[in-house]
Amino acid sequence: MAERRKTYVEDLDRSIYDIKNEFKYSYKTKKGLTPEIVKDISWNKNEPKWMTEFRLKSLEIYNKLDVPAWGPNLDDLDIENIVTYVRPNTDMKYSWDEVPEDIKSTFERLGIPEAERKSLAGVGAQYDSEVVYHNLKDDMAKKGVIYTDMETAIREYPDIIKKYFMTVVPPHDHKFVALHGAVWSGGSFVYVPKGVSVEIPLQSYFRSNAPGAGQFEHTLIIVDEGAFLHFIEGCSAPKYSVNNLHAGCVELIVKEGARLRYSTIESWSKNMYNLNTKRAIVEKDGTIEWISGSFGSKVSMLYPMSVLKGEGAKAEFTGITFAGEGQYLDTGAKVVHAAPYTTSTINTKSISKDGGVAVYRGSLTIAPNAHHSKATVSCESLMLDNKSRSDTIPVIDIRNDEVDIGHEAKIGRISEEAIFYLMSRGISEEEARAMIVRGFVEPIAKELPLEYAVEMNNLIKLELEGTIG
Amino acid sequence: MDSKFLLINNLHVKVGEKEILKGLNLEVNKGEVHVIMGPNGAGKSTLANVLMGNPKYEITDGEIIFEGTKINDLKVDERAKLGIFMSFQYPEEIPGITVENFLRLAKMAIEEKPIKVMKFKKTLREKMELLDMKEEYAARYLNEGFSGGEKKKSEILQLLMLNPKLAILDETDSGLDVDAVKIVAKGVEQYKTAENSIIIITHHRNILDYLKPDYVHFLMDGRIVKTGHESLIELVEKEGFEVLKN
Repeated sequence: MAERRKTYVEDLDRSIYDIKNEFKYSYKTKKGLTPEIVKDISWNKNEPKWMTEFRLKSLEIYNKLDVPAWGPNLDDLDIENIVTYVRPNTDMKYSWDEVPEDIKSTFERLGIPEAERKSLAGVGAQYDSEVVYHNLKDDMAKKGVIYTDMETAIREYPDIIKKYFMTVVPPHDHKFVALHGAVWSGGSFVYVPKGVSVEIPLQSYFRSNAPGAGQFEHTLIIVDEGAFLHFIEGCSAPKYSVNNLHAGCVELIVKEGARLRYSTIESWSKNMYNLNTKRAIVEKDGTIEWISGSFGSKVSMLYPMSVLKGEGAKAEFTGITFAGEGQYLDTGAKVVHAAPYTTSTINTKSISKDGGVAVYRGSLTIAPNAHHSKATVSCESLMLDNKSRSDTIPVIDIRNDEVDIGHEAKIGRISEEAIFYLMSRGISEEEARAMIVRGFVEPIAKELPLEYAVEMNNLIKLELEGTIG
Repeated sequence: MDSKFLLINNLHVKVGEKEILKGLNLEVNKGEVHVIMGPNGAGKSTLANVLMGNPKYEITDGEIIFEGTKINDLKVDERAKLGIFMSFQYPEEIPGITVENFLRLAKMAIEEKPIKVMKFKKTLREKMELLDMKEEYAARYLNEGFSGGEKKKSEILQLLMLNPKLAILDETDSGLDVDAVKIVAKGVEQYKTAENSIIIITHHRNILDYLKPDYVHFLMDGRIVKTGHESLIELVEKEGFEVLKN
């Protein structure tokens, strides 16, 4: 293993996510979804009229669309029981010292302020529906980098937001993104100017504390020509007995020759419906790199999409999904090759145990004009017991003959012979199993931001405890 | 007790419903090299696996005593910690774990204490050189994509690094060309001291050009039918296994 710096989330385990704060808020809407509730949110946020109208239009679309009939069962998710907007007991601060103690200590437990000091160029922290902290290091701000919450962005950069907001992912795309359009709140806006390279990452962390609530943060990132950014997104919530909903939306615009690396580790609690939509548009010679770790939630439907719009554009997707007891994680990636000489690589691994379901669902589309495009898809699944399930559902649609496509899918279990082999070298059965699982995810783990790689290894160790009868 | 290093009494072993070993007896003392030969299906690999504790094999009768301890019911890793090692005929590929990391973890598990990293690295380099393995193999995933010969070398590397008391080599020389057999034999020779013992299970006598056995046993139909000197091999090669039946 290469030398690794000391990290800020050593020994982090799941229990940290599960520490609940007392449910305090300065305002929340009623349960359910009506035009009044939507107007109420918009009024509370003091939004321009166009946004209020956008929300109401999205609500209309939401009401017209059906819940997707494919994929996991969403019958238990009742929007009438979800509070869509919870304003925390504070407004946004630029200093952690001003953030209320209980909220601040939550983020401290998650290691965010410490990471900010050590290894990040900027941090945004959202608590329930609003961002409570946002900060960008001075040198980045001086180079013209913008990193702020969406609410501030609407006020300060109205033209940019109006031009791009929900154009990459329009509200009529599917029911839950229409819902997002109606009740979105919080999230981050990033703009990296032409030729600027943000060498150390920015990180936004989304923490949902309120029981029975929804979190609908919106992230919009524009990386201008020749620029580079690594953006990290983290999310978690404590476990409640009622259902929570997360329907965020991420819109990424990668301009000519730019590169964006977007890393996510999602550690939602097992009462969370995670119905998230992420999409990148990549222009000529631009590159999008997705790193995606799905560990939490009760149900996830998450298929980050890359639209390779310009010649020579590239997409790389690296994903790991770990489905344990009571989890149905339906994840994957979508790529549309819409220009010639475009390249995409999808590489995913999933682990399922204790009756968990891990499904890879992906689509690869090569448009008629996308000659000389190259695409490879590789998905591997490991089932740790006989109760668990794994499926691979790849859809491939190729409309040009001059392309190079590779596809590989493997589904398997831990072999008893491999366990015997490792044990014959003095390694205990538990450790042998953990070693095989760690080895299985290693090619993905090394792509994760370091602190998250450590966290993933801890999660795997933790998740494997007690599996040996 | 000291001289009775390994004692196998009347060993009966089943795989599924099929009895493979039918009352096998064997005695191995410290510092000895034993060769076990026999036709396909006689139970040679079964003997190796059952000594190591592969759970697929069930002991229905008899006992295995290692340094005075009955090990019939010990788990595989417990046997490894006592000093038993098996070189696999078909070593498993373990993706994601490098040879070096694996060996370090295994050594730590067996010695039950932290190891000195610099010393470990130095020893690893030396042993790899001895086995004519390129240094980059240390950073490769354990056996993944290794050729047949590389896998066997990887087994001998593990043998040299873990330095057990009893080495069971299950067809370690099979599928190797002459040069590779030589290298593997060189590795085994370096391992051999007066304090440890080797059981070589083989089809061929090639490896015996380099390693001189103290005893040669012929295993047929689940029993050792003949024990003797190396010259027995010549006899069998001339006359076939049938000659042993009487």
